[in-house]
Amino acid sequence: MACDRSPTPGGGELMTVDLSSWFSEVANWVFLIIAIPTVFGAFKTVTSQNIVRSVLYLVVSLAGVAALFITLGAEFVGWTVVLVYIGAVIILFLIGIMITRAPLGTKADLSHGSNVKVPAALLSVVLAGIIGWSMVDAFENTMIEPFDPTSTSDLADIMFTRFVIPFEVLSILLLAALIGAIALARRDEEDEVNR
Amino acid sequence: MTVVQFTLLATVLFSLGLYGVLTRKNAVLVLASVELMLAAVNVNLVVFDVYLQDALHAGQIFSLFIIAIAAAEVGVGIAIVLLIYRNRQSADVDQLRSMRG
Repeated sequence: MACDRSPTPGGGELMTVDLSSWFSEVANWVFLIIAIPTVFGAFKTVTSQNIVRSVLYLVVSLAGVAALFITLGAEFVGWTVVLVYIGAVIILFLIGIMITRAPLGTKADLSHGSNVKVPAALLSVVLAGIIGWSMVDAFENTMIEPFDPTSTSDLADIMFTRFVIPFEVLSILLLAALIGAIALARRDEEDEVNR
Repeated sequence: MTVVQFTLLATVLFSLGLYGVLTRKNAVLVLASVELMLAAVNVNLVVFDVYLQDALHAGQIFSLFIIAIAAAEVGVGIAIVLLIYRNRQSADVDQLRSMRG
């Protein structure tokens, strides 16, 4: 079951039949309603000329990702995305913008000119094409079988038994990152004297 | 729900993140684009966890690890941007060319 590729018999003409049955499923409409703002938010994040709006569009995109996790039954991961990304990381971004006195307003020069944009867009589209084509080729229309939502207590049991060593290593990493961030960002007193 | 619809969404998010990393000048926005790429990776991990019905839920556990690492990365990244701003009065990644030959 794990590596079930279930190739479609018939090929092309079956795809259209599958498409109409795809739209008849309510869960897929929910997916579309979530996916369209997610992609739109991601697009505006990388193209908006207003730096604060760009970060706030990132909130839209990440909220969409969190909602997708919840529709997939990964409730704890979804709410962790809301708490950690939208609650903490976005605030860090906004503080970074304010503290570095980033140019505000729509006239701000935030992106490269078209001499960089065109090759970058080309590279992104080619990469998306390659990954997307290989995904469609590998999975075609493999369905996700009906699943139960993952309970948080199951996740906690696994995290603190099978994955307890990586968890502890991650705790050390977070501590090191915290100390490193403080050490980098604080102003030394000798610096003040030299200024 | 098919597997492909989620992986294609993750592909689009990852490619948009790559585009942002390549075209953005402001260091904070480069970090924001990296967050998009990490979110795409998380989508893939959770979808394959659900699709394979893994008893260990390794995909979800690893996406939690990635969220924690992303938080640490942003913390250190913003501290570095702050330091660069303090020394150069600019957070523009294009002006950091003192190592250019």
